[in-house]
Amino acid sequence: MRRALAPAAALALAACDAPQSMLQGGGTAATAIADLWWVMLTGALAVVALVTGLVAYGTWHGRTESGSLRFVYLGGLALPVAALSGLLVYSAGVGRELETATEAAPLRVEVIGHQWWWEVRYPDAGPGAVLANELRVPVGRTVVLELSTADVIHSFWVPALAGKVDMTPGRTARLRLRAESAGTYRGQCAEFCGAQHARMALHVVAESPARFRDWLAGQTRPAAEPEDDLRRAGREAFLAAGCGACHTVRGTDAAGTVGPDLTHVGGRLTIGAGVLPNNIGTIQGWIADSQTIKPGNRMPAFDRLESTELRAIAAWLAGLE
Amino acid sequence: MSAEADRPSLNEVWRAPRGLAVLSEVNNTKVGVWYVLAAFGFFLAGGILALLMRLQLALPLLGVLDHQSYNQIFTMHGTTMMFLFAVPILEGIGVYVVPQMLGARDLPFPRLSAYGFWCYVLGGLLVYSSFLIGQAPDAGWFMYPPLSGSVYSPHMGSDFWLLGLTFVEISALSAAIEITVGVIKFRPPGMTFGRIPVLAWAYLTVAWMIVFAFPPLLVADILLEAERALDWPFFDATRGGDPVLWQHLFWFFGHPEVYIIFLPAAGLISTMLPTFARRPLVGHHYVVAATIATGAISFALWVHHMFAVGLPHLSMSLFSAASMAVAIPSGIQVFAWIATLWGSRPALHAPMLFILGFLFLFVAGGVTGVMVASVPFDWQVHDTHFVVAHFHYVLIGGMVFPLFAAIYYWFPHVTGRLMSEGLARWVFGLVFVGFNLTFFPLHILGLLGMPRRVYTYLPGLGLDWLNLAATVGAFVMAAGVGLLVFDAVRSARTGTPAADNPWGAGTLEWLGPTPQPPKGAASLPRVSSLYPLWMDREEIDLAESGGGYLARAVTGGRETLRTHWRSTAAAQVVALPGPSWLPLLAAIGTGAAFTGLLFKSAPPTLAGAALAALALALWAWDTDTVPVPARPEIGHGERVPSHLDTIGSHAWWGGVVAMLIDLSAYAALAGSYVYLWVVSAAWPPPALAGALPHGAIAGGAVLLAAVAAAGIIAPVALRRGGSAAAALALGVAVALATAVGAGGALTLLNSALAPTAHAYAAVVWALGVYGAAHLLVAALISALALLRLAAGSAGRGRGMVVRLAALAWAYAAATGLASLALVAAGGG
Repeated sequence: MRRALAPAAALALAACDAPQSMLQGGGTAATAIADLWWVMLTGALAVVALVTGLVAYGTWHGRTESGSLRFVYLGGLALPVAALSGLLVYSAGVGRELETATEAAPLRVEVIGHQWWWEVRYPDAGPGAVLANELRVPVGRTVVLELSTADVIHSFWVPALAGKVDMTPGRTARLRLRAESAGTYRGQCAEFCGAQHARMALHVVAESPARFRDWLAGQTRPAAEPEDDLRRAGREAFLAAGCGACHTVRGTDAAGTVGPDLTHVGGRLTIGAGVLPNNIGTIQGWIADSQTIKPGNRMPAFDRLESTELRAIAAWLAGLE
Repeated sequence: MSAEADRPSLNEVWRAPRGLAVLSEVNNTKVGVWYVLAAFGFFLAGGILALLMRLQLALPLLGVLDHQSYNQIFTMHGTTMMFLFAVPILEGIGVYVVPQMLGARDLPFPRLSAYGFWCYVLGGLLVYSSFLIGQAPDAGWFMYPPLSGSVYSPHMGSDFWLLGLTFVEISALSAAIEITVGVIKFRPPGMTFGRIPVLAWAYLTVAWMIVFAFPPLLVADILLEAERALDWPFFDATRGGDPVLWQHLFWFFGHPEVYIIFLPAAGLISTMLPTFARRPLVGHHYVVAATIATGAISFALWVHHMFAVGLPHLSMSLFSAASMAVAIPSGIQVFAWIATLWGSRPALHAPMLFILGFLFLFVAGGVTGVMVASVPFDWQVHDTHFVVAHFHYVLIGGMVFPLFAAIYYWFPHVTGRLMSEGLARWVFGLVFVGFNLTFFPLHILGLLGMPRRVYTYLPGLGLDWLNLAATVGAFVMAAGVGLLVFDAVRSARTGTPAADNPWGAGTLEWLGPTPQPPKGAASLPRVSSLYPLWMDREEIDLAESGGGYLARAVTGGRETLRTHWRSTAAAQVVALPGPSWLPLLAAIGTGAAFTGLLFKSAPPTLAGAALAALALALWAWDTDTVPVPARPEIGHGERVPSHLDTIGSHAWWGGVVAMLIDLSAYAALAGSYVYLWVVSAAWPPPALAGALPHGAIAGGAVLLAAVAAAGIIAPVALRRGGSAAAALALGVAVALATAVGAGGALTLLNSALAPTAHAYAAVVWALGVYGAAHLLVAALISALALLRLAAGSAGRGRGMVVRLAALAWAYAAATGLASLALVAAGGG
C-alpha cells in the first residue's frame, strides 16, 4: 500500500524538505500512524471517486426513472458499515499498540511546557540534568515522556516520532516514543498557548546509546570554568546584570527558575525555542533585543548593556557546552 | 361567503409599518430576511478576517500582522463564522421559510423572533466593538482556560467573548422555541408527521439540539466569566478546579454545533434537489430518520475533540466508534440524493451548480472526517492544518454551498426577481476553484507538520509554496463572493421578474404569488402529500383562490391556524401579535445589562435589566387575549375556538420548551459539580467538610416542597375558586420562596464556604445562585400574574399566566431540591 502510493505522495510530500512531516517515519509510533494514513487515503480516494462518478454518470446518462432505494441500502448503509467497521478495528488496534507497547526499563524524561519554551529534565540522571527546548534520546529504546505544564495548556508534538499529547495544568500525561533511526527531529507546540505559540519549537536528537550516555553525563556536570578573560568577563557581566534572577547556571550563583537553565546552553541547537540558530552572534542579539525577535516573550530586552558586555556574555554562554 | 370582498383586510393586518417604524415589525417574512442580511454581513466581515490571515501566512516570517493582531483575528474569524454567521443565517432561513413551508402565516411567537434577532445583532456588534478598543478576544474561539482566564488574558477580550456571545445566543434559544412549537403545532390540516417536509424535520431536529447543546455552553461561559470577574476557581487546577471541565462543556456544545449547522443545510439540499430533478426525494423517510439519527449521535462525539488530552483508552474507543458511525446517516442522505438525481438530467440552474459542488466537497470533507475519528491518526493531525482543511470542506462545502444555492433559489420568493444565471456560473467557478485552491493544500500542510493558530512559520519546513497557493485561492474565492453580492444587490432592483413558483417546486412556501406578500397565500390549504404543489393541485387552486382556511381575518387581526399535533385537524385560530417596539426595547435593555457587566459597572447593568424586565412585562401583559368571536368560522364550514386555556395551547408548549432549555442548563451545572467531585482527590476538601449543617439542608428541602405545592395549586385554585384563590396560592409561594432564599443566603454566607477558596465552594455557591435566580424568576412571573388577576386581564378561563407561574415554581423547587440532594450526597 505504502509502496504503491509512495511515488504520488513523493511529489507533494517529499519533493520539498519537510523536517516536521509526520510521514517521514523517524519513530515507531509515527510509522504505524503513517501506515494507517496511507490505508485511509486509499479508501477515501475510492469513496470520493465512487460518489463523484455516480453523480456525474447517474445524472446525465439518460432520462430514466429515479434510482431505487437500493442505492440507499447499498451505498448509504452497507458500504459505510463495512468500511467503517474494518477501519475501526484496525485503528483501535494501532492505538492500543502505541499506548501499551513497553519495555522493562524505559528512559524517563520530564517535559514541562512554559509560555513559550520547553523545560526538559532527566529525573533518573539526578537533579542536575535540566535543559531547554531540546531533548536527546537513544535510538531503539522506548522513552516515556512525562508531560506537564507550568502555566497554560501546551501540546507536545514531534511529528516524525509520535502523535501529540496535551500538557494540562493539574495533570501529568505520558507519551511513549521510540526513535528508529538517528537524526534530528523538529517539533512544536500544537495547542494554542498565547502570544508566541507559533514560535515554540523544540528538537529531539536521536543518537546511539553510547553517545547518548556520554551526553547525559555531561549534562549533569556544572558549567565549565571560563577559559579566557573574555568569558570570565562574560560570567561577571551575566551575574552583575541580574540574569541569575531568572536563569540557572549550575556552578555559579545564578539559580533562577523562571527561564531556561543555561548550564549547557552552548551545546544546544537553537535559542529562543527554535527561533534562531545557536551561536555567539544570535545569543548577543537575543539578549539585547529578544522582544523584537520574539515579541511578548517573558525576557526583557537588555539593550542597556554595553556592547562589550553583551559580547562577553554571549561568548561565555556559547562556550557552555 | 364574500372572501373576495374581505381580502383587503387580510392585506391590511399583515402590512408592515412604513419608514423607520418597519423596525417594529415582528412578522417572520421581515425578521427572517433581516436575519439573513445581518448574518451575511458578518460572513463578509469574517471573510475579510480570513483574507488578512491568509495574507500574513502567504510567505514565511511575513509581517503583515503582528502576533497580537493575528491571534485576535483568528479568534474572531472562528467566532464570527460559527456564532454570528452560520447559526444565525440558518435561523433566519428557518424563520423565513419554515412557516411558509407549513402553510402557516407566521411562527407561534413573532415578538420572540424579533427579540432574538435584535439580541443577535446587538450582541454581534458588541463583540465586534472590542476591535475598537483594541481588546478583541484572542484566546481562540474555543477559549480554553487557563489561557482565557484572568491571569493569562488580563485584558477584556475574553469578557467580550463570554458575555457578548451569551447575549447573542438568546437568539438561538428563541429560534429553538419558535421552531419546535411551530413545526409541531402550526402545520396545515392533512400534514401528518409523514408529510412534514425534510427541511422542517431538519429544523425541528436542530431546535432540539439547540435545546440540549447551547445551555451547557452558556453555563460554561458564565462559570468562566465568574472565574475571571469574581475569582471563583471552577477551572483552576491549583484550587480544586479542572481546565478539562471547560473542554467537556465546550465540546458538548461544540460538536452538536457542527451538525446544527449541517443538518439544515442538508435539509436545504433535500428541498431544492427534487425541484430540479422534477421528482420526489427518493427515500424521504430514510432521510428524515438519518437527520434525526445524526442529531442524536452528534451528542456522543464531543470527546473526539479531546483525543490528545490523554483520556482513558476505552472511552476514546467508544467516541471514535461514534464519530465514525455518524458517517452512516450522512451516507444515507448522500445516496438518497444520488438516487433522486439518477437519470433526471437536471437543468443546471444556479442552485443546481452549488448543489453539485456541495455533493463533491461534502463527501471530500466527510472522508477526512472519518480519518480524524481514528484516535491514533488524530494524535498526529489534531490541531494542525489538516483539521483546518477537513472542517472547511464540511462547513463551506457542506453549509455555504447549500446556502448559496438557497440564496439563488429563494431570492425570487423574497424580491420577485431572479438573479443572473450568467454571473452565477462565474460565481460558482470562482468560489469552487478558489475554495479548493485554498483548502486542499492545507491537508498537505497539516501532514507536513504545520500546526493551527500560528501567526507565522519558518522557511525550510517545506510549507512555503502550499501556503502561497492557499492565499491565492482565498482571494479567488473572495472574488466569487464579491460577485455574488454584486449580483444580489443589482438583481434585487433590476433582475428579471420571476414567474409564480419560478422553479416549479412542490413545497408549500411557493403557494400564492411570487414574490409573496406579507400575509402569505390568499388562504391556507389542506394537504395530502409531501409535494402539495405537485400532487394536491385541486386543494392548492382552492387555497390560492381564497377557498381554503382563514381567507379573511376572522379575529380581526393577524392570526394563523393551529392544528392537533397528531390528527392535524384544525384546533384553534391563534391570534398573533402585530408590530411592536417592545422586542427591540427588551433587546436594548438586555444589551445594556450585558455591556454593564462587561465594564463591571452597576448603573447600566441595573438600568438595562430594568428596561428589559419592563418591556417583557408589558409584552406579557396583553398575551392570552380572548378575541371576538370566540368560535369563528375558519373556512370549509369549520368552527374552532380562537382562545384556549389548556395545555394544548402553543403558549403552554412554548413555556415547556423554555423549561427544557433551562433544565439542560441545570444539568450542565449539576454535571459540573459531579465531574469535579469525580476527578478530585477529596470532595469536599477536608477544610470545607461539613460546612453546611444538615439541618439547614433538610429545612430548605421542606420549604421548597411547600413552595412547589403552593405554586402547583394556583391554577387549580383559579379553576375552582377564582382569582382570589389563585392569588392567595401565588402569594403563599412568593412568601415561602422569600424564606427559602433568605435562609439559603444566610446559611451560605455564615458557612466556611468562601467561593474563591476552592472549586467545591464555588460550585456550591453557583448552585445556590442558580436556585435563587429561579425563585426570583418564578416570583416575578407570579407578580405579573397577581397584577393581571387584580386588573382582570387574567382570571378563570384566561389563566395561562397562572399556569406558567405554576410551571416556574415547580421547576425552581425541583432543581432546588436536586441541588440540596447533590450537596448532601457530596458530603456538604
